Amino acid sequence: MVKKISLILAMALLFPVSPGIAGEAVLDSGNTAWMIVATALVMVMTPAGLALFYGGMSRYKNLLNTVAMTFVSYCLGSVIWVMWGYTMAFGTDVGGIIGGLDHLFLNGIGVNDLSGTIPTFVFVLFQMTFAGITVALVLGAIVDRMKFSAWIVFAVLWLTFIYAPICHWAWGGGWMARMGALDFAGGNVVHINAGVAGLVLCLLLGKRKGYGREAMFPSSIALTALGAALLWFGWFGFNAGSQLAADGISASAFLVTNTSAAMGALSWMFAEWIFSKKPTLLGLASGIVAGLVSITPAAGFVNLFGSIVIGCVAGVLGYYCVSVLKHKMGYDDSLDAFGVHGMCGLWGALATGLLADPSINALGTGLFFGNPRQLWIQILSILGTASYTCVGTLGVAWVTKMITGGLRVEEEEEIKGLDSSIHGERAFEIEG
Amino acid sequence: MKKIEAIIKPFKLDDVKEALNEIGIQGMTITEVKGYGRQKGHKEIYRGAEYVVDFIPKIKIEIIVDSSLADKVVNKIREAANTGKLGDGKIFVLPVDDVVRVRTGEKGKDAI
Repeated sequence: MVKKISLILAMALLFPVSPGIAGEAVLDSGNTAWMIVATALVMVMTPAGLALFYGGMSRYKNLLNTVAMTFVSYCLGSVIWVMWGYTMAFGTDVGGIIGGLDHLFLNGIGVNDLSGTIPTFVFVLFQMTFAGITVALVLGAIVDRMKFSAWIVFAVLWLTFIYAPICHWAWGGGWMARMGALDFAGGNVVHINAGVAGLVLCLLLGKRKGYGREAMFPSSIALTALGAALLWFGWFGFNAGSQLAADGISASAFLVTNTSAAMGALSWMFAEWIFSKKPTLLGLASGIVAGLVSITPAAGFVNLFGSIVIGCVAGVLGYYCVSVLKHKMGYDDSLDAFGVHGMCGLWGALATGLLADPSINALGTGLFFGNPRQLWIQILSILGTASYTCVGTLGVAWVTKMITGGLRVEEEEEIKGLDSSIHGERAFEIEG
Repeated sequence: MKKIEAIIKPFKLDDVKEALNEIGIQGMTITEVKGYGRQKGHKEIYRGAEYVVDFIPKIKIEIIVDSSLADKVVNKIREAANTGKLGDGKIFVLPVDDVVRVRTGEKGKDAI
C-alpha cells in the first residue's frame, strides 16, 4: 500500500492537472466497489468485533464499560480523522515525520478527487476505520480500572500525537516508507503501536484490585467467541482491502489471512491442550486473533506456505505471552492487548522481512528470497514504532492525568464495578 | 416434630421430590446454595490464569415432618440422592418446637 501511494503521488506530481495525458488516474468502479465494502467490513471490527471480544473477557460488572469505551473510541476516531487526523497522516509530507495541515476538515478534497483508482473519500474512510480500531485495541490493557473521562481525553490525544504520525511514517510517505519498510495492513501502525501503548498505560495505571488473589472470571466466553468471529470476518476487509484494489494481490492477501487465522487458532489450542490440559474456547478465539494480527503486515507479501508458518508460530507465541510471560513479568494487561497484539504484531513484522515472496508482490523480497537487508529494515521500523509509542504514550498519559485529575477510578467504584458506578447500568438482568 | 435439612446435588432434586411424594410428603422448601466438603472445588483456567472454584452449587431441601416419619424420610432422600460419588451431600435432622399454619392458625402436627 505504501509504495502504491508513493507511486500515485509521484504520478500526480509528474502530470499536474493535465487531462488527456496517458497515465492519468481514472476511477475504477470495480476497485471502488470493493473498497467501499472493505471499509464497511473494517468498521464492523470495532463496535461489534472488538467490543464483544473484549466485553466478554472483562468481568460481569465491567462488561458495559468495556463496550462503551470501544464505542467511544470508534466515534472519536471517526470525528478526529475527518477533522485533523487524515491530514496529519496523509497531508503533504513535512520532513518525513508528519503530514501538513492542508486537508484540515478534508479541505480541498472533492467528490471527483481520486486516490489511485478510487475516490479519495473512500480512501479517507478506509483509513479512518484503521484509526478507530487501533485506539480501541489499546483499551484491552486497561479495562476494569480506568476513568471513562480519562479514556476519552487519552484517546483524543493518542490518535492525534501517536497514531497519526506513525500512520504517516508507514503509509503517508514518511521515513519508514522511504526506507522501504514493509507493512501491508498495519503490523507497526496498528498492532505494535496499540500493544506497546497498552503495556505503557497498564503499567502507569497499576494492577486491578485483587489481581492475582481473587478470581477474575470473564463475563461471557460466548460473547468473546462471537467477537472473534466478527473480527475474523472484518479482517478480510482490513487485509485484502489494504491493496486498495480488487486484484490478484488482494485475493492472495485474503487467502493468507484466512489460513493464518485458522493456523493460529489450532496452534494456540493444541499448545494449551498440551500445557494447561484443556482446549479452551477462549484459547481458540485468542488464537484466531493472534493469527490475524501476525499476518497483517505480511498479507500482501507472503505466499501460502508463509502464512502457515506465520499463523502456527503466532498461536504458540500468543499462548506463551499471555499464560507464562505476563505472569512472570507481573504486569496486569487485563485482556492481553500487549501479549496478543504487541507480540504477535512484532512477530508478523519480522516474518514479513523473512518471508516476503517477490513472486506474490514485486514490492517485497524477504531474507529467505535473497534479501537479508529487508529484515534489518523491518527491525528498524519496529524499534522506531515501539520507542516512539512508548515515550509518546507516557507523555499523552501524563497530560491526560493533568486534565482529568487522575487516570484511575476510586477504589470503591472499582470494587462495585464500572458498569454501575460510571454508567448506572448493568449488562445482565437474569433471575432464576 | 423434626426438621429435615438435606443438601443434595441439584440434578437429583426431581428424583428426591418424587421419592418423597410416594411416601406422602406434601410439601418442601428448597434453596439454591453453594458449598464444599470432601468433593472440593474445581479449577478453571483462562489464558493461563488459574482460578480455583471452591464453592459448588447445591440444593438445600427443608421438610418438617412428624417425628415418627423422620427416619423413613431420611432413608428415602438418601436412596434417591445417592450417586455413590463424593459430593452427594448431607442430611441433618433437627428438633422443631412448633409449627403454625398462617391461614388458619392451626398449631403443631395439624399444621404440617
